[in-house]
Amino acid sequence: MEIFYENKQLVTPGDLLAEGDYAAGNNAYKAGNKVYASRLGLVNYEEKRVSVVALNAFYVPTVGDLVIGKVTEVNINSWTVDINAPYAALLQASDVLNRFKPQRDDLSRIFDVGDLILAKIVTYDRTRDPLLTVREPGLGKVSRGQIVKITPTKIPRVIGKKGSMINMLKKEAGCKIVVGQNGLVLVDGANPEDERLAITAIHKIEEEAHTSGLTDRITEMLKREREATK
Amino acid sequence: MSRPIRKLIDENGIRTDGRKVDELRPVKITIGVLSNADGSAYIEQGKNKILAAVYGPREVHPRHLALPDRALLRCRYHMAPFSVEERKSPAPSRRETELSKVIREALEPTIFLEQYPRTSIDLFIEVLQADGGTRCAGTTVASLALADAGIPMRDLVVACASGKVDGQVVLDLNDIEDKEGEADVPIAFAPNLNAITLLQMDGLLTDEEFEKALDLALEGCRRIHALQKETLKAKYVTAKEEVEEE
Amino acid sequence: MSSIMVSRIRQRQIAQLIASGKRLDERGLTDYREIKIESGVIGKAEGSALAYIGKTEVLAGVKIETGEPFTDRPNEGALTVNAEFVPLASPEFEAGPPGEESIELARVVDRGIRESKAIELEKLCVIPGKKVFVVFVDVYVLNHDGNLIDTASLASLAALLNTKMFNYELVDEEVKILPGFTQLPVVNYPVSITFAEINGKLVMDPGLDEEEVMDARLTVTFEKSGRLCAMQKSGRGTFTKEQIVEAVKMGQQKAEEIRKKVI
Repeated sequence: MEIFYENKQLVTPGDLLAEGDYAAGNNAYKAGNKVYASRLGLVNYEEKRVSVVALNAFYVPTVGDLVIGKVTEVNINSWTVDINAPYAALLQASDVLNRFKPQRDDLSRIFDVGDLILAKIVTYDRTRDPLLTVREPGLGKVSRGQIVKITPTKIPRVIGKKGSMINMLKKEAGCKIVVGQNGLVLVDGANPEDERLAITAIHKIEEEAHTSGLTDRITEMLKREREATK
Repeated sequence: MSRPIRKLIDENGIRTDGRKVDELRPVKITIGVLSNADGSAYIEQGKNKILAAVYGPREVHPRHLALPDRALLRCRYHMAPFSVEERKSPAPSRRETELSKVIREALEPTIFLEQYPRTSIDLFIEVLQADGGTRCAGTTVASLALADAGIPMRDLVVACASGKVDGQVVLDLNDIEDKEGEADVPIAFAPNLNAITLLQMDGLLTDEEFEKALDLALEGCRRIHALQKETLKAKYVTAKEEVEEE
Repeated sequence: MSSIMVSRIRQRQIAQLIASGKRLDERGLTDYREIKIESGVIGKAEGSALAYIGKTEVLAGVKIETGEPFTDRPNEGALTVNAEFVPLASPEFEAGPPGEESIELARVVDRGIRESKAIELEKLCVIPGKKVFVVFVDVYVLNHDGNLIDTASLASLAALLNTKMFNYELVDEEVKILPGFTQLPVVNYPVSITFAEINGKLVMDPGLDEEEVMDARLTVTFEKSGRLCAMQKSGRGTFTKEQIVEAVKMGQQKAEEIRKKVI
């Protein structure tokens, strides 16, 4: 049993991380009895598992995730939704309308091409595109606010430990903020200046995600900016 | 003899561009240079200037090309009309078609294509200025563009050519050496897997000379690989600090 | 069956057999299928030959025309090799412009001939800097049962050896044809040897079934004194350095054997 890096060291694809009785976790793979990194990131050694916290990865749909998507096609009995993933997602008419009749119901009146929606991923497997639902409270068409797109791997940092970062953001920027697991964040404020401030904060979090004391620094920045505009 | 007779290596073992026989041209790499592409990288190696970009994994268009069990890797190696001495027509040449294929096959073994069935990963390599060894520099920079796009890979791929010039086995041929030398051996290599993923040869070599050239090219690959890793990591210099997760 | 897709059972069979050093058709790992060459089959071409390796059949035709030399080779004749994967050769071939496989094949065959300096191109100069003879080698695949590259190389070489150029004289810088013919000056005999890598083993002259299951392919071309003049790895798999060195050694021996079938 051997490891070749220190915990949290930066590794690149193909780097040999460990040899022996280890399982390969996220962003790592095992060949023979060697574990290698498959993405650029920080290596994480656990007792029997080696994984890599990827610094840059696209969003892969996961059942249960809240996502923000954009309608790209209105079909006969469904909508095609771009969820910033390798696969387009599908929202079926039956999810929205209880008794759906294709001849009578014009789906574009509910969601049209270009509309943004808040949805949850209901099913996803390798053979089909992900299926969405908007049935839960809070889901559905986004009618106001702005969207920020960041690297999906930074989303956990925007939320923070037990929501510490996002709760602070909502308070200090005075905006409603909804975080999609797929890297899209909805910012809805009382005025465009507040929204812009929140967006700046989110981009800053994305850039400095790996530094310590980030929550405090962002809090200070927001307080400062808000004071300045008063 | 119809070929111009010129000494490509002088009595002191110095080549036309001042290098020794086992010296690489200076290499400079930048990662994440294009904002629209999912991943991108740029390389300068000697006078070569090559840009690589990746889009994907994304839905395949046209749909019927989608593979049920893996992503489709498509690669386009293309030279800009102004990249060479005599203007090159923008239409894809037979050489570009062949190189697009060998470069794709050089990268394919390292990508976890099976993780993204029914998608395509589209790789574009544009040679903005060419000076010999573009398929190698193109492969090296394409692998970095894939890493920049966050596409999971078994290994990085690095490429380098060696050859024979004025009777000597030589590393990293420039354009003159490529055109007037006796042999050219481009290779691509996945260093951690110890796997050769691209190999071509043209010219005349005995089997000993070939083995020497192969070893020299592999050595060149190792040197460039170190630079690949360094450049990738440099993009995230602050990453030594804590990462907090929910 | 019109599809040549190999079933999974067969794929496993082939891979298992090869792991134990055997092949489906009972050949050894370094045995070629039967090679047959018929020269001079197309009278209207300046040269031609039909080559068979097992059931793979490739026809090569040589036409010679006059043309302008390349700017960097003003006193030499020109060579161009083209390959066509004729649709009747396989249910997988479609009519249309050459695909990447046929372009790759043509360029590998071209390299073998060009780098070995098989044709004395300086002897094909008519008016230095202005007019030269252009040798067109057209490779026509008629039946695909694996290993098109080696079959095409053999057909091309045999066709070149069979090629006769018309005699001529220059009258006011125009080529005037005279009676009689001269043999195309061919002085080297490149032979390509192609390996498939299956389950880590190197297998020479892969048949179609074997090509469907192979991980990667390696072609090594040797000229008459045993030097390498071309190499091409293709396919999704990889080779170790040791495998390549071994392939070169085995290929060199085999090329000598096979060359005897052509000259």
